Amino acid sequence: MRSSELTLPARSAKRSSMDERIDGIRGRIGQRLLRVLPLVGATVMTALLSGCISVKAPDKPIVIELNINIKQEVVYKLAADAGSTIEKNPEIF
Amino acid sequence: MARTIASRFRTISLGAALAGAALAAALPGTALAQRDPAYAAARAAGQVGEKADGYLGYVTTPSPALRAVIEDINIKRKAVYADKAKAKGATVEEYALTSGCLLVAQTTPGEKYQAPDGSWQTRTGAPPMRDPRCP
Repeated sequence: MRSSELTLPARSAKRSSMDERIDGIRGRIGQRLLRVLPLVGATVMTALLSGCISVKAPDKPIVIELNINIKQEVVYKLAADAGSTIEKNPEIF
Repeated sequence: MARTIASRFRTISLGAALAGAALAAALPGTALAQRDPAYAAARAAGQVGEKADGYLGYVTTPSPALRAVIEDINIKRKAVYADKAKAKGATVEEYALTSGCLLVAQTTPGEKYQAPDGSWQTRTGAPPMRDPRCP
């Protein structure tokens, strides 16, 4: 009796098409897992964070709103001067 | 005593009202008199109008002669805006926009002006549509 019979049979040098298909599926699953992993991590982190601090993004961009406010202030400041400029240059207004 | 103060106040307020009326009557007159006739005619005909940015714009395609007149006015306006803006520590655009607010408000019924959405509007007796930042 030969013991080698009991261990795994040696793989043939030529891979069967079945083997390739299985490897392909494994590879795809592996890739998908790798892609999903950060997402899972992020979800876990979010779940953990939401317990203590809630971070809410503003609906409108703050910078643009500030810009409008500054401009309106400038317009109000310049209004009187612009009015007299228009009065003093009637030929071009 | 009270009567004299009251009557004096009435005289003063009457005088101020008269002066104000005279000023109001004189200003548009002088402005019209000093405008380039081609510009005044095009403005009255609704061919050109006041844009929200402080410059004149074409409501209809202008003739080359009219275009030259209007471009000349816009260049002069920009020079004035730049000069005054520098004196006030503001940008040319800010000064021009402020002037645009006032110029749109000063249009008379029948004249054209540009609404904030960019469309040309004919001024009626009602207040014009202006930029929300306008004073």
